[in-house]
Amino acid sequence: MKWARTAAIVFLLVVSAACLLANVIAPASYAHQFRDEPNASPSRQHLLGTDDLGRDRFSRVLYGTRVSLLLAPAAALLTSLLAAFIGGLAGFAGGWVERLVMAGTDLFLSLPWLFLLITVRALLPLNVSPIISVLITFAMLGCLGWAGAARIICADAGALAQADFILLARASGSNGFRLLWRHLVPNLKPVLYAQFWISVPVFILTEANLGILGLGVAEPLPSWGSLLRELESFSTASAQPWQLVPLILFILVVSSFHLVLSKEELPV
Amino acid sequence: MIDITSLSSVWSPRLGKWCATWLGPARDHLEWPAEGIETLSALPKLAAKILITVLIGGFLGATLVRLAPGFSVDEEELDARLSVSSIRALREARAGDANLVVFYFRYLGRLLHGDLGFSRTLQRPVLQLVAERLPETLKSVALGLALGWSAGLLLAVAIVMSRAWYLDLLASLLVGVLLCLPAAVLALLFVLAQAPSHLLLGVVVFPKIFRYSRNLLTRSSALPHVLTARAKGLGNMRVLVWHILPTAAPQLLALLGVTVSVAFTAAIPMEALCDIPGIGQLAWKAALGRDVTLLVHLTMIVTLVTLVANSASDIIGKTFRASEA
Repeated sequence: MKWARTAAIVFLLVVSAACLLANVIAPASYAHQFRDEPNASPSRQHLLGTDDLGRDRFSRVLYGTRVSLLLAPAAALLTSLLAAFIGGLAGFAGGWVERLVMAGTDLFLSLPWLFLLITVRALLPLNVSPIISVLITFAMLGCLGWAGAARIICADAGALAQADFILLARASGSNGFRLLWRHLVPNLKPVLYAQFWISVPVFILTEANLGILGLGVAEPLPSWGSLLRELESFSTASAQPWQLVPLILFILVVSSFHLVLSKEELPV
Repeated sequence: MIDITSLSSVWSPRLGKWCATWLGPARDHLEWPAEGIETLSALPKLAAKILITVLIGGFLGATLVRLAPGFSVDEEELDARLSVSSIRALREARAGDANLVVFYFRYLGRLLHGDLGFSRTLQRPVLQLVAERLPETLKSVALGLALGWSAGLLLAVAIVMSRAWYLDLLASLLVGVLLCLPAAVLALLFVLAQAPSHLLLGVVVFPKIFRYSRNLLTRSSALPHVLTARAKGLGNMRVLVWHILPTAAPQLLALLGVTVSVAFTAAIPMEALCDIPGIGQLAWKAALGRDVTLLVHLTMIVTLVTLVANSASDIIGKTFRASEA
């Protein structure tokens, strides 16, 4: 399946490049409304037609994909760093520190993910500017998604702390931060890498769920959540199949993220 | 092996006496595996763990309720007919809640008396709302789990036993697509297709069960004792029932607990978009109305249910493993 992995990486690179160049490629701004052309069919001017407010759908797909593709990895990075810090420290310290941290992690893991997210989201202001809503959504995902990864990293760090090379490093005078930074962290990189790539599609899917429920990124800024929400008005399916393009792109991007990790790197 | 009479005596001398009298000589045949007893003795520990988790979760929940925007403001205070002294009396009644620890103990006391508070958005007691809506969600979750597990496990077994590559490819593609779809999109598609919405949770759970159980069964079917059994000419069904499934069962049982949590999570978009009056829809409405009291209680109830489900699957898995050993 090496070819599938390569294809997935190439596809993600192409989509990312297109989204980064959205300002150049997109024929209009994501918020610009062509008032005379609501629900227009695809044309040379509007490649995927327009939505019910007359906004160019192709531009919105580009900008929406950019939001998710930039911020989901950022949230995954935040999660991985938090997990590395909490799990790594607990595994390295061992004893009561590890037991205490893991008890906290278990408590966190027993909370149902979407219930926890909407509870925290409800505590934060709902009527905020689109940019703030994007930051709130992804920061919340990044801050709340660390528990599962921390557990795995703690187990790995605990095993590494007992390894011969760590004993040797201790014997040669390395301790504390130096031991952690020079010897433990580099050996945790493969686990962190796997956790990062696992988190990205999870966060994209969660943002889509939140967006469709009206608890994600605020309008008019597009995200996959708001783009997929358009499926609500899909009663004219036979007449407007191009409305399905965001869904198809979404499936392709998420499955590409799934394919990036090789079978050996994935949990069972 | 432990005699069941002596075991019942440990629990209650009366029960032990009853067993000794009524079971008589037959009691020699009624023995319980010692490993099973160890699992049973772990029950109080597990119950204590759940209780501590709920208490800490309750404290965190109470903290969220206490810190929620608008906590210290009461709508009654805006009533122009109230005098200054009445408003002061209202404020004094709530003064004790300013201290988080005092608030928590008061909150816990109210919880023990079955008072889960009042929903600000729906203007009804939380307990009443939960009692009305929980059965609907439990029904959907049970149906979804039954459907997802039957379909996922049967398909995985069919693929592992038949070793048909085309079936594996088709199933993998289907599961790959389903895993890429958020539950909310599936709910929208169900609404558009006018499909029975109660089946949605089964579709959400199915790909996870299929993928996990296929990997697990493939691994189990490659174990040396399974290969030996095949080489000795045992039929497919016997190999599956006696050699493959028992090896994979503890891990599959562990997955059962996880899928309960997955199903409850997917219940939010399903009930919100398919207009099913369950606790998922209630949570969604509470989130839109920023009704933190209601949300925190719903989260705690679902957490309790998933914790019990996880612990139960854990205990069954351990008992199964012990009896296998």
